[in-house]
Amino acid sequence: MTAIDASYAGTAAGNFRTCRYTGLKVDSAAQTLIKANAVAAVIFLAVGGLMGLLVALTRWPAVHLLPSEWFYLILTGHGANVLLFWIIFFEIAILYFASAVLLGSRLATPRIAWAAFVLMIVGAVMTNIAVFQGDSSVMFTSYPPMQAAPHFYLGLIVFAVGALVAVGVFFGTLVIAHGERTYEGSIPLVTFGALTAAIIAVFTLASGAIILVPTFLWSVGLISEMDPLLYKVIWWGMGHSSQQINVAAHVSVWYAIGALTIGAKPLSEKVSRSAFLLYILFLQLASAHHLLADPGMSASWKIVNTSYLMYLAVLGSMIHGLTVPGALEAAQRRNGYTKGAFEWLRKAPWGNPAFAGMFLSLVMFGFIGGISGVVLGTEQLNLLMHNTIYVPGHFHGTVVTGTTLAFMAMTYYVLPLIFQRDIIWPKLARIQPYLFGLGAAGISLFMMGAGTLGVPRRHWDMSFTDAILQFELPSGGFLMMGLNGLSAVVASAGGILYILITVGTVLWGKRLDRGEAPLTFPLHKRAATVAEYGSHATVKLPGTIILVTIFFVSFVLYYFVNWKYLSELWLMR
Amino acid sequence: MTDHPESKERQEKVPAMQQLLDNPFLLLFIGITVPTVLYIVWGVMEIASIPIAP
Repeated sequence: MTAIDASYAGTAAGNFRTCRYTGLKVDSAAQTLIKANAVAAVIFLAVGGLMGLLVALTRWPAVHLLPSEWFYLILTGHGANVLLFWIIFFEIAILYFASAVLLGSRLATPRIAWAAFVLMIVGAVMTNIAVFQGDSSVMFTSYPPMQAAPHFYLGLIVFAVGALVAVGVFFGTLVIAHGERTYEGSIPLVTFGALTAAIIAVFTLASGAIILVPTFLWSVGLISEMDPLLYKVIWWGMGHSSQQINVAAHVSVWYAIGALTIGAKPLSEKVSRSAFLLYILFLQLASAHHLLADPGMSASWKIVNTSYLMYLAVLGSMIHGLTVPGALEAAQRRNGYTKGAFEWLRKAPWGNPAFAGMFLSLVMFGFIGGISGVVLGTEQLNLLMHNTIYVPGHFHGTVVTGTTLAFMAMTYYVLPLIFQRDIIWPKLARIQPYLFGLGAAGISLFMMGAGTLGVPRRHWDMSFTDAILQFELPSGGFLMMGLNGLSAVVASAGGILYILITVGTVLWGKRLDRGEAPLTFPLHKRAATVAEYGSHATVKLPGTIILVTIFFVSFVLYYFVNWKYLSELWLMR
Repeated sequence: MTDHPESKERQEKVPAMQQLLDNPFLLLFIGITVPTVLYIVWGVMEIASIPIAP
């Protein structure tokens, strides 16, 4: 490790520095593009997160903040900004990091990468303008025959094309790194996880372009009508698969943070890569979950896609659910924490927001988002919760407690290693992941509870005040929605803290590109394993086995409790 | 045991699974093809086969 970052001209067009903390070669073009995409991501998170708070405060019956027109407008903007723009901008930053930085390579075609970035910004801004103009309140799914303004669809198309080009830059960088032999053997596991995300992204963005182009033509009058079912099938190829990019990306982030904070190596490269391969093959098929209640699709199509084959992707997630905590335990035991089953966990760096955020993300993604996803994906059980607020409860468990929290955790290393600024307000940074995680978990669980009681999703007024056919939901549903609102306030406090720490660090954080300054949240001495191929190869993991057993028991119990609910609804005598 | 170069080459032969995992473009191909066939193409064929209401 050098005392001061060393800059030097690298191979071909690359211009590199050596990171003093990790020893990694960082291409300056990649570094600037990572910064740009990360900043854009945080801006869209701020906008979309604020919109999410407004949605939750409106669905809180005692507050009921927004009038109906504004509610649907804000709900549309919330979905687009956080589910697409925040996540995909950050994922592009991860792709550039996992390719150029981890492989020590120059980034392929930086100018094209900038063009991709500009397209993504133009598309995201255009869609936001359409939403705020008020005639595109079609919500994130934008199902026909509801019609938005043409520039709503055009913005999404332009964004998707930009993201697709950026994914192409990632593949190009892999080719360059391989051709210029910047690494030996196989790519590191974190890069392989990013490759998985990139492959899913190609399917996702292509599906989006395929369906949004005719929808745009329909909105300008060149096509007379859109088939709603056809739209749903292809749109969900984008809508759900975009969340599968997240899964692959945040699992990579888990492995990366494990390596950076405690020097964790994968238990088995082969096993973890095989789990990612299951994602590549089958994860996108989960899109069919959204059509389980649609009469036009056959039971065979639904069950093959969401059960038989999708369960292989679930198997992939369960493998990661074993290997990630297993890798952490193995590393901690090697670091000297060998007493009993859980000393490794008790003495983990819980005061490091990157580790804390990663571990909370791992646990909550599995217990909340993962288990509920399998329940929702079972054709029969889906009838219990279809189109209730259980569905947003589930995907807040995956996208917010899982992906967003993992990406927030990663930011605590993106800032010092890429922006070369030390984290400001370390005391607040330490509590940020707990605050956000607690709120996000509450949002997910209370929405799922309300949905189980029948509270509909996307509905402005759950009391159905002016409805011709009156319906009274159980009082527990109102309580759950109130608790959901409170949880959203807590999560928003964590989100605002994240934005303030991030922006404050970029603007005023101590510069790390000169002098001998140590990091506020230090890296492990074996942090460079993040860019290496190699397995820890141990199975002596009593703590992990106990944790995984608890997970399995919870999974089985919850799954069968839902079958019990279903049996009480069906009149079988 | 032998030092014959052919057998050495055979010993160092990369397993098929490893070759698959080390080939990003083959992974890209199967990662696009499987969901396109099973989800999109099969789904669109089902919709196309729904009879039109009289």
